[in-house]
Amino acid sequence: MQQASSAHSLHPQPLTDATGWIEPVPTALLVLADGTVLSGHAIGAETTATGEVCFNTAMTGYEEILTDPSYAGQIITFTFPHIGNVGTNEEDIETVDMAVSDGAKGVVIHADITSPSNWRAVKHFDSWLKSRNIPGISGIDTRALTAHIRDHGMANAVLATSADGVFDVEALKTKASQLPSMDGLDLVPSVGLTKGLDWTEASWSLENGYGTLGSGHHHVIAVDFGVKRNILRLLTDRDCRVTIVPATASFDEIKALKPDGVFLSNGPGDPAATGTYSVPMIKALIEHDIPTFGICLGHQMLALAVGAKTMKMHQGHHGANHPVKDFTTNKVEIVSMNHGFAVDRDSLPKNAVETHVSLFDGTNCGIALTDKPAFSVQHHPEASPGPRDSHYLFDRFVAMMKDKKPRAA
Amino acid sequence: MPKRTDISSILIIGAGPIVIGQACEFDYSGTQAVKALKEEGYRVILVNSNPATIMTDPDMAHRTYVEPITPEVVAKIIEKERPDALLPTMGGQTALNCALSLKKMGVLEKYNVEMIGATAEAIDKAEDRELFRNAMTKIGLDTPRSHHIKTLPQALEALTDIGLPAIIRPSFTMGGTGGGIAYNKAEFIEIIERGIDASPTNEVLVEESVLGWKEYEMEVVRDKADNCIIICSIENIDPMGVHTGDSITVAPALTLTDKEYQIMRDASLAVLREIGVETGGSNVQFAVNPENGRMIVIEMNPRVSRSSALASKATGFPIARVAAKLAVGYTLDEIDNDITGGATPASFEPSIDYVVTKIPRFAFEKFQGAEKTLTTSMKSVGEAMAIGSTFQESLQKALRSLETGLAGLDEIEIEGLGLGDDRNAIKAALGTPTPDRILQVAQAFRFGFAIQEVHDSCKIDPWFLEQIKDIIDTESKIREFGIPKTPEALRRLKSMGFSDQRMAMLTGGHEADVSKARRAMDIRPVYKRIDTCAAEFASPTAYMYSTYVAPFNGAPANEAQPSNRKKIAILGGGPNRIGQGIEFDYCCCHACFALGDAGFETIMINCNPETVSTDYDTSDRLYFEPLTVEDVVEILKLEQSNGELLGAIVQFGGQTPLKLAHALEQAGIPILGTSPDMIDLAEDRDRFKRLLDKLGLKQPQNGIAYSVEQSRIVLQELGLPLVVRPSYVLGGRAMEILRDEQAFDRYLLGTLPELVPNDIKARYPNDKTGQINTLLGKNPLLFDRYLTDAIEVDVDCVSDGKDVFIAGIMEHIEEAGIHSGDSACALPPHSLKPAMIAELERQTKELALALNVVGLMNVQYALKEDTIFVLEVNPRASRTVPFVAKVIGKPIAKIASRVMAGQSLASFALIAEPYDHIAVKEAVFPFARFPGVDVVLGPEMRSTGEVIGLDRSFGVAFAKSQLGSGTVVPKKGTVFVSVRDADKERIVPTMKMLSDLGFEIIATVGTLRYLEEHGVKGKAINKVLEGRPHIVDAIKNGGVQLVFNTTEGKQALADSRSLRRTALLHKVPYYTTLSGAIAAAEGIKAYMAGDLEVKALQDYFEGKSAQAS
Repeated sequence: MQQASSAHSLHPQPLTDATGWIEPVPTALLVLADGTVLSGHAIGAETTATGEVCFNTAMTGYEEILTDPSYAGQIITFTFPHIGNVGTNEEDIETVDMAVSDGAKGVVIHADITSPSNWRAVKHFDSWLKSRNIPGISGIDTRALTAHIRDHGMANAVLATSADGVFDVEALKTKASQLPSMDGLDLVPSVGLTKGLDWTEASWSLENGYGTLGSGHHHVIAVDFGVKRNILRLLTDRDCRVTIVPATASFDEIKALKPDGVFLSNGPGDPAATGTYSVPMIKALIEHDIPTFGICLGHQMLALAVGAKTMKMHQGHHGANHPVKDFTTNKVEIVSMNHGFAVDRDSLPKNAVETHVSLFDGTNCGIALTDKPAFSVQHHPEASPGPRDSHYLFDRFVAMMKDKKPRAA
Repeated sequence: MPKRTDISSILIIGAGPIVIGQACEFDYSGTQAVKALKEEGYRVILVNSNPATIMTDPDMAHRTYVEPITPEVVAKIIEKERPDALLPTMGGQTALNCALSLKKMGVLEKYNVEMIGATAEAIDKAEDRELFRNAMTKIGLDTPRSHHIKTLPQALEALTDIGLPAIIRPSFTMGGTGGGIAYNKAEFIEIIERGIDASPTNEVLVEESVLGWKEYEMEVVRDKADNCIIICSIENIDPMGVHTGDSITVAPALTLTDKEYQIMRDASLAVLREIGVETGGSNVQFAVNPENGRMIVIEMNPRVSRSSALASKATGFPIARVAAKLAVGYTLDEIDNDITGGATPASFEPSIDYVVTKIPRFAFEKFQGAEKTLTTSMKSVGEAMAIGSTFQESLQKALRSLETGLAGLDEIEIEGLGLGDDRNAIKAALGTPTPDRILQVAQAFRFGFAIQEVHDSCKIDPWFLEQIKDIIDTESKIREFGIPKTPEALRRLKSMGFSDQRMAMLTGGHEADVSKARRAMDIRPVYKRIDTCAAEFASPTAYMYSTYVAPFNGAPANEAQPSNRKKIAILGGGPNRIGQGIEFDYCCCHACFALGDAGFETIMINCNPETVSTDYDTSDRLYFEPLTVEDVVEILKLEQSNGELLGAIVQFGGQTPLKLAHALEQAGIPILGTSPDMIDLAEDRDRFKRLLDKLGLKQPQNGIAYSVEQSRIVLQELGLPLVVRPSYVLGGRAMEILRDEQAFDRYLLGTLPELVPNDIKARYPNDKTGQINTLLGKNPLLFDRYLTDAIEVDVDCVSDGKDVFIAGIMEHIEEAGIHSGDSACALPPHSLKPAMIAELERQTKELALALNVVGLMNVQYALKEDTIFVLEVNPRASRTVPFVAKVIGKPIAKIASRVMAGQSLASFALIAEPYDHIAVKEAVFPFARFPGVDVVLGPEMRSTGEVIGLDRSFGVAFAKSQLGSGTVVPKKGTVFVSVRDADKERIVPTMKMLSDLGFEIIATVGTLRYLEEHGVKGKAINKVLEGRPHIVDAIKNGGVQLVFNTTEGKQALADSRSLRRTALLHKVPYYTTLSGAIAAAEGIKAYMAGDLEVKALQDYFEGKSAQAS
């Protein structure tokens, strides 16, 4: 049983000193672009972070979320109060290469971090944040912040820390208001690999940990906009030999690798900005009938490549409890979501049909081409964290590589 | 997929009386199901023998049968109503078993009734251990390893696979007799040999022990399109070995990583699919090895359950309502999520942004001789749930919600301290699960134990232990430094869940002063909504909990938004306990319904997750909060800040809200209805006596004692026998009949010390008399002359201060001295003369007007030789209100609440309509769960619930009440009779009647001699003390079908105790009072005379105004 040493106090600021109660002083501030100032206790790295504040309603999987490259440029607010409860471990990281990937900028939580209690825990969450150079703030009414985001949209913010509690609030407000909008930002270069990499790790099990690649029957080229490890593992499970290539890879470079199929990964930022260089490559893939499967940003890229438009959402979808309906089976799957942009259904061309829709707000969650072997989904079928209801989509991709036929209904 | 149109009528089976393990959570789920199906246009037929339920209100289902839930009776209902479908998943194990029997009897096939929600095959597969184990193996899930063995060598071979410790369960023994846990090989051999011997088939199951593993539960819902969702995960703080109903649990699970959680989620869905639960809710229980995460499936229930009610309340997702809709063909995406006002569909998984803690409440004090150890057999009688932003806040709120006198993690004595080995004494205490273990854990930290040490002893996950230790560490700081003088420092403490009362205890101050200081610093709770979605969507539903959070951009964010309407608060009854249960919740719900209909905004405050009152659509606004002065005043002060709060109703929820009346008044909250002063008057012996004298009413000779010394003086004055009880208690806690001086001493020095609250104990350490006198100073002892062989009568009425409506006069079957809650009773009275009834009505009216009762009042009388004695007056809702309302067809709780809101009683134009039916209410007891406890009835209430028997004659009504309470009513066989001398004369006609009906009679020598002298033939049988074969052997051999046994005197009681226990365990009906025996015989005669007829409640009032509001 993992039980951290007493090096970590449950209270980031002691309740008392020798003389009596201490009136706590804020050691961290979260300053939103609209001038909202929230004060709390600094956790994690003693540094300042800037980014767009989004919320996530998942009750488990904070480590996966914080290492999901799609969160690059964002400060994550967890609605679940006890974050850090199971500590962190080496197995649950989702970033392919921690050294090159930016990931989440900061973390906002409600309760003070507890000692980890889980048989797999190897590190206290606070130490982990420090080692990742991620600053955080605890003691925040994250529910109120979530409601604020719900009502006013995802705001840019500065998360500042100060051990002595001294802040120049006005300067922080100015800084927050001057941060660039996520609109038009290409954040892929901050998270993607710059050179190719072969992937061979398969899914995790309770008994055996991570598995390894089998026959490697299919060769899949994964275009890395900020890919999550679990996507690669689910492909590996299905006998796919995966080669990861940078987002900037050209069609010719990909073709030279003789792919059976191409996977367009998830990733951060404004799809339109990333599309400027990747859309031509995707168009060529489609034209050459190469089976293509996209997730999240990859979904938006496919949509852009067929001429559809994407739009920024008001509050985005960030959670592990979202219902999505698959029109091809009429079944509802509970999925993991993490996106701030969506594909505009009305802009879809004739040869792209909507296959999935969010039952929360009716936004588009999946498309398939009627004339080409290509499909994509907005949500995260790889889960991690979240329900694994949508793993079947990887089977669909493998089936498509086998028969090279369109998957639209 | 739209709803089914090929079925138009649906039968729902309820859960019957409240028993341990099956309480009012099934009224909650059944009520939801009835409403949901009615909404869809189906004709709903309901059977439930429990009159105190909301679901059996005549305006709920189309056809309501308050009849016994036995397959034979339900078959008759099916024959009469011809439902198209049967929904068996809403009424707990009772409904499932009944449905299975109906299927096996061919009734469903004969009348072409389709089982919806769960098939017989699925129920079988889930319930049968072997089938279930095979099903789990098939889908690759682990279950505890086990081997059936018949010999010691086989057992030793099994041991090599199972390992130690090992669980040994002999087959086919009652209550696990002969089994046990072996920690070493010698013990193993010993228990195996004992087990083989104890088992009638000489077969024993050797099972892997998962004691100390972590325990989890998943609440799953599935629709016919195979869409599956998890509503809630629940983690038990108490590890494996304690029944989940007896465990402290939290939601959501707090010590799982996402990978482990998803494995459990997938496994849960796989279990539902394999068992074949096509639609509806189920729960799946898991054990997880904390060392390596190995997960095994413990069991699953293919129906809604106690934990699904908890999950519904914890998340805001109404599982039963949704399950009912799924059963008629809807899919999850076609159903709206009510909480978000339909903005989102029901096909999602609730996300919660708070922590929920549930703590069970026990009643061991009522069962002398019962062991307080918690095991895999459930023993709790109720539970409290609390919601907080963090675990600490949630835990401390839950502790004070329990109403066991705790303000938080109060100090507790640990047995065996001071004997030289304190550390081991503490470890031993922690190693034994008991209701107080959480407090002992806290106490261990006070003694300086480390988290690891405590974990080693109790196996509670270190995560929870660290949180508890932090509370205890903080408590010592509060002791040292007092209450913080600065706002944020104080807010930090409040956000850890410390109540003002606890902080006052820690600093030696008064709660009121702490509250005042806190408010002066403007540290107030805010209210957050339970919205199923962690604020992702705005929720119009005002389902709320309090919390202390940091300011958000200036001030703490409050989501309460009190309206500008005219409003009334209704205070609920808190956790169920013996003496205060579903009947009071029924009254609270009716107040909500009636006042809502009258245009008021209704505000419910309660903390019991099992109830209908804590359903988010029972009231306009629901605060799921502890019923303490601090918590309630904060809510009502906030509600007063906008609109007009007319006041609070404190008289419907039992003693819980009544106790708050004065503090609420002082805080400026008006109390509606009868004034708290009058309620006090009725409780205050001196004032009450003066009132009775003024009215010329009689009461038994009585006395009052404020100290031990005074008690002895009262004894001298009144003489024996005496009835004694502490003032201000419900359910006859510590009420006893004292027949001799030894009993008197035992009461003063044995019973009373148990009642002393911890704070008084702390003030007078080692001074028992001082402690008792301090207690009595505030809550004196009340003594009454005991009226031997008197008839007891309960009267319920409604008054507005001008007029009084006598709603019901109930004649107890058992004589005065048996607690009214434990006594069967008949409505209308079956043996009272009209003149007596008129006089009882007159006296009741006088009392109501004299007390200026506005609302409900209950009076208990004893009738002795035509003299009426007033035993007690309760100017508040009583346990019998729902029973009376159902029998007379008038919603008296609704009327009373409208009267309390200012409407005149005259406006309801109530007339006492004659009716030609008679109802018998019978109590049900949990004795089978408490080995070693005597089943003889007395003045201390021990029943957990009640059933109704409704028919045209007393005999049949009584027989129905017995069937409904689970008693076998024999039509032939042998009656054993052994009665005390005083009863011998009056038992003769009864025995003669049974003999004439064809029953054989066996009796102990004394009784037999008397019977034979008076012309009744029988055979003699030995008492247990007289040598074998004796009566207990005869019962065990199946040679006795009915037991009449009345006894008095300590020795005689002790001598005959094993006889009564044996009858109980072998399900032989037994009656321990003369009047009960006589009624039983009458019931048997009526039962034998012909088939029982069934009749819907609605038909009893055809052409009459069954709905007065």
